[in-house]
Amino acid sequence: MRTLDQQRRRRLATRLGVLSFVLLAAGLAAGSDGWSIRALWETLQHGDAALIVGQIRAPRTLGAWLAGALLGLAGAVAQGLFRNPLADPYLLGSASGASLAVVLVLAASSLTGHGIALATAGAVARLGLVGAAFAGALLGVSLTLVLARGAEQTTRLLLAGVVVGVVLGAASDLVTSAAPDALRGKQAFMLGSTGFLSWGACAVLAAGLLIALPPAWRLARALDALTLGEDAARSLGLSLARVRAALVCALALAIGVAVSQTGLIAFVGLVSPHLVRRFAPAPHGYTLLASAATGGTLLLAADVLARSLIAPQEVPVGVLTALLGGAYLLWLLHRRRIA
Amino acid sequence: MKTTPDAVVSLHTDSLGVSLGSTRALDAVSVSFEPGWTAIVGPNGAGKSTLLRALAGLQTPHSGDVRLHGRTLSAWSDRERAMRIAWLGQQAETTGELTVREVVQLGRLPHHGLFGAPTVQDESIVDAAMHDAECSAWQTRRLHELSGGERQRVLIARALAVDTTVLLLDEPTTHLDPPHQIALVQLLRRRAATGVTVVSVLHDLALALLADRLIVLDRGRLRAVGRSDDATLHAALIEVFGGAIRIERVGARWVPVANLER
Repeated sequence: MRTLDQQRRRRLATRLGVLSFVLLAAGLAAGSDGWSIRALWETLQHGDAALIVGQIRAPRTLGAWLAGALLGLAGAVAQGLFRNPLADPYLLGSASGASLAVVLVLAASSLTGHGIALATAGAVARLGLVGAAFAGALLGVSLTLVLARGAEQTTRLLLAGVVVGVVLGAASDLVTSAAPDALRGKQAFMLGSTGFLSWGACAVLAAGLLIALPPAWRLARALDALTLGEDAARSLGLSLARVRAALVCALALAIGVAVSQTGLIAFVGLVSPHLVRRFAPAPHGYTLLASAATGGTLLLAADVLARSLIAPQEVPVGVLTALLGGAYLLWLLHRRRIA
Repeated sequence: MKTTPDAVVSLHTDSLGVSLGSTRALDAVSVSFEPGWTAIVGPNGAGKSTLLRALAGLQTPHSGDVRLHGRTLSAWSDRERAMRIAWLGQQAETTGELTVREVVQLGRLPHHGLFGAPTVQDESIVDAAMHDAECSAWQTRRLHELSGGERQRVLIARALAVDTTVLLLDEPTTHLDPPHQIALVQLLRRRAATGVTVVSVLHDLALALLADRLIVLDRGRLRAVGRSDDATLHAALIEVFGGAIRIERVGARWVPVANLER
């Protein structure tokens, strides 16, 4: 007999699978005329179908899911690692670190006369941006950990994250004031967009997920042990320094890869683990995987909405996730206060 | 049956000194622990929890040593140490969505490791631990849904599930009602009778005097070690508590009585 928990977990997994499949189809069908299967069919009748669906909509749709999955995974890792359900992976310095690094690369490229635009960056430039964003994210999170003197005290940690965010943000502003050409790239980056995702970006995102997910999942039991407190986890034979280093690397990689391809997309990382815990509370092994799938589903849903809400115009997807995610968290807070 | 390889444990401290910031929490403490139940007692700030943490390898000494089977504790790998010494701290804030059974299963982590899977034997040890700590009935409930006392019983089961030859418990009776405090004492005695070295920090002297042996600490120093019926030990206890208690014999047992006439 299956327990209630197992039934909930299976139900959530099935729903996420079905929703992802439906949204992938919707993503292929959502074009500049709005969302329509008929329009998709008509597009496919034309000779340029391969270009529109195969080169634009398909990579954008798949890429949105993959980027969302990376954000969802990073959110679950951050909240488990820092034992705090409000630990947004961006809050801990990863986003400000990644954006500073991207801005530095953009500024350096514009100052040397080899301007890179996020939309048209070639494979080598894109790889450079990914590397910079990853290094920046790692640096940002490490700086937060050093300032907070470890991850022991969550208040100090979150404060350190805010300080690192402000300081690195100011550094980004300083760089863009010195290299104004980088400002447009930075703005696009801060808004977050799935509009420029190519097959190359999909490959980078998929590789990021394939590299970050297995170690995070393998260390899920350590995150479970951490729920009992750091001393209890150490008494169970865990080397917290090693576990933390591996998880911070996975977190920085997931955030670095996601933000280097889509810019800063708000709330997906914070909200996904919350949704998983609400519908199917479980140990971290399940929560990490389900948060990744939920993040993918959420960002893809937001992307389809962003494309079809005011077609042929597009709402920036980062704005949409911020509005929807913010509304969800406000509702959650309101509900808890009533409870 | 123990799953750890050492039949008889040997754990002792050798001139152990621990500093917490600028405070010297323990100073030149040399004491041996043997199979049976030992209670660590003393006034607030005596260094009881610090000694227990040092014995568990969670606190690095600034001088002296903790030795397990003659080998300094820091020379054991984290996992080797965890397979031999179980530790339960004063109730920390727990987070997450784990069920009671999932929490107790964490006790088997040192044995199967992060990358291994629990075996049938692990599961039967988990069942036995939950049975001993009387929390089998709520194994599918979440830890955060339980009362303080219920949660404490689950955390005790988690420590029992490690199934070690050394069991260190810091204030294990916290939040427990009197029947469950007594049940815990009986459980510790049963474990001690099977050759386990049980060491517990206890504030409640009435419970501590039920142990086989007491260690009295005061301001980081070892004041007395002895059997719970030892008159010299009783004198040291009365002294470290500033004469606020007397120790009297009631039937076959020794009990602390508040000294209101002092």
